[in-house]
Amino acid sequence: MMTWLAMGGYGFYVWSSFALTFAVLAINLVMARTRHQRIMNALRTKAADESGQRRGGFREVTS
Amino acid sequence: MWTWFHKLASPPHFYRLAGLWIPWFLGTAVVFMVVGLYSGLVLAPADYQQGDAFRIIYVHVPAAYLSLLAYMVMAVASLIGLIWRMKLAHAVAVSAAPIGASFTFLALATGSLWGKPMWGTWWEWSDPRMLSELILLFMYFGFMTLRSNISERSRADKAGAVLAIVGVVNVVLVHYSVEWWNTLHQGQTVMNSDAKMPASMLTPLLIMILAFSLFFGAVMLQRLRGEVLLREGGARWARRLANEQAIEGAAT
Repeated sequence: MMTWLAMGGYGFYVWSSFALTFAVLAINLVMARTRHQRIMNALRTKAADESGQRRGGFREVTS
Repeated sequence: MWTWFHKLASPPHFYRLAGLWIPWFLGTAVVFMVVGLYSGLVLAPADYQQGDAFRIIYVHVPAAYLSLLAYMVMAVASLIGLIWRMKLAHAVAVSAAPIGASFTFLALATGSLWGKPMWGTWWEWSDPRMLSELILLFMYFGFMTLRSNISERSRADKAGAVLAIVGVVNVVLVHYSVEWWNTLHQGQTVMNSDAKMPASMLTPLLIMILAFSLFFGAVMLQRLRGEVLLREGGARWARRLANEQAIEGAAT
């Protein structure tokens, strides 16, 4: 196990490459999800505002 | 077949399908990644010249491959968007850019981490492969900066598309740089029959490339969903969807 982790003396280079790669992959997924969520939230707020206006009165009053 | 394509190109239909596909892409990507990592880091033998340092290939080459593939997706989508004015095409180009940029960064960074122990240097300015890959990163940044500086979306789409298409020249340069010039960077060992890697080393690499491609697909679909929603926000289907979500949100 220890010899495997040492990677023949190249441990630092090998493991930082793999760690960096999977960090960037994870960030990619998280950023894509947050962006989608943010756009959906903005649309949702807009939809809620519009339906609030249809019912009449201000949103602050009705909610 | 054609009707299937037409349906796919319709934003609400695509939005729904993409949501169904993402878990499959992600799931298979993870499975292949686990298999690829195990076979690459444990099963594959050390290289007789590079020792265990060669294992960096299992993240470096897939990242570099995807950095070029993402660019081609961006350029082809841009071309389709310019010619046929297909709604989804520009959204595809916009979604591919940040993912491609991140893979380009990875290719450069892992290449650097591989170059230091093997060539004794993190970076070599005179190497055409490294330089053209760096230019690729700037092409992605240029595409995103150009777009963000144009407020009107249809104009941003067109300007970005032209830049993306012109940049294909650089993709060709990255690809052939190791053949046209004698470089520090090593040549082809995947397709080249003279200097091909043995199967025990090549198989994990091919599995990792497949895994990265599937992962790219998953992130791409996720970004596209957001982009489609952003562009179609005013359309009836998007407003209905937002309304349903607003009601669900109010109920919980």
